[in-house]
Amino acid sequence: MVTEQDVWKALEQVYDPEIPELSVVDLGMILSVDVAPDGKAVKVVFTPTFAACPAIPVIKEDIAAKIRELLPVESVTVEVSYDQPWNSNRITERGRQILKQRGFAPPPHVTAEIELEVLHTVPCPYCGSTNTELQTPFGPTLCRAIHYCHNCHQSFEQFKPVV
Amino acid sequence: MDPKQEAIKELLIKMADDQLIIGHRHSEWIGLGPILEEDIALASIAQDKVGQSYTLFQLLHDQFGTADPDTMGFLRAENEYRCCHLVEYPNGEYDFSLIRHFLFDHAEYHRFDMLQGSTFEPIRGIARKFKSEIKYHILHADVWVRRLGTGTEESHQRMQAALETAFPLALGIFEPSPYEQVLIEENIFPGEDALRQRWLETIQPILEEASLQMPDPSSVEPAYGGRRGYHTEHLAPLLEEMSWTLRYDPEAERW
Repeated sequence: MVTEQDVWKALEQVYDPEIPELSVVDLGMILSVDVAPDGKAVKVVFTPTFAACPAIPVIKEDIAAKIRELLPVESVTVEVSYDQPWNSNRITERGRQILKQRGFAPPPHVTAEIELEVLHTVPCPYCGSTNTELQTPFGPTLCRAIHYCHNCHQSFEQFKPVV
Repeated sequence: MDPKQEAIKELLIKMADDQLIIGHRHSEWIGLGPILEEDIALASIAQDKVGQSYTLFQLLHDQFGTADPDTMGFLRAENEYRCCHLVEYPNGEYDFSLIRHFLFDHAEYHRFDMLQGSTFEPIRGIARKFKSEIKYHILHADVWVRRLGTGTEESHQRMQAALETAFPLALGIFEPSPYEQVLIEENIFPGEDALRQRWLETIQPILEEASLQMPDPSSVEPAYGGRRGYHTEHLAPLLEEMSWTLRYDPEAERW
């Protein structure tokens, strides 16, 4: 019989459409997983990284498709919720490692409101130097900012901190 | 519908309309921004606004049975929109767009900050989410207002002139709704007056740092009417353009 753990395992194979290998679990997007007592119906609630993220419908479909593909369930419901809105501290340690490997600086852990200062001196994902500078907090997608490393002379992207 | 429900509905519609219209205005800078980073910034801010508008229309649909987000956003009659005049104005030069973005986003930021504690529970998480996104919009606006306000003589003069044009329009954000009392008594939203107060307290010191002179709010006639469906001549052509594709084939499953 399908268990909640099986569903979480399946969700680890649902990836961000733009960063393969980075799963919706790594990103901290999953708010809850429910399995009916008979194991036949599954409900997943997730929260988007940004309200305007164009990948929301894709992720919704991917979650349902992956669960159907891997688990013997009769129905899958996927809901979007903002009850516990996403923040960048929800990204797991594994998620941060994957981001780094892919050339993205992971967001710092933040507790206070974002100020421009926290966006400066972000460690470069290529060389590790903190001799870096924020170029613009608006990058190729809503969740990414653009920085420049004065040590290795390369631009790099950062997954933006959001609280 | 009871007054409390009407009050919430009215509040959500005007917020969604403001976001949608200013989002479309910002998107008009795509390909025209003065530098590439600004082009991308305005495009990103536009995307956030339109996405937030969508989220609010979806909430309206789920909670109050209004039409789906596309119908609400694109197919209502002009006088059914509840946006303020500030967001309707054409982009003009970059100075006006920037000052509008600054004045509007500081108001939005406080509006959603206040709504985090609303007794209308479904808005709380959304408000928290939007606030964290709008924070980036404010950071962007503040940097440029300071930079151009204290830049060259020309940039300063342009920013001051833009501020004087935009300020009465911005006061129109806070046009009282017929439901102010209900919203306040039911702890749904502390009201437009309270919001305006917080807004003024926030923008004044930033404008001072930028060497810009804020007009005296008591001597300015606010541009009211938008919240009751009376709009400037700029809204109808914008709606026409925004909705052209949808109206061309409303039954299309995808474009």
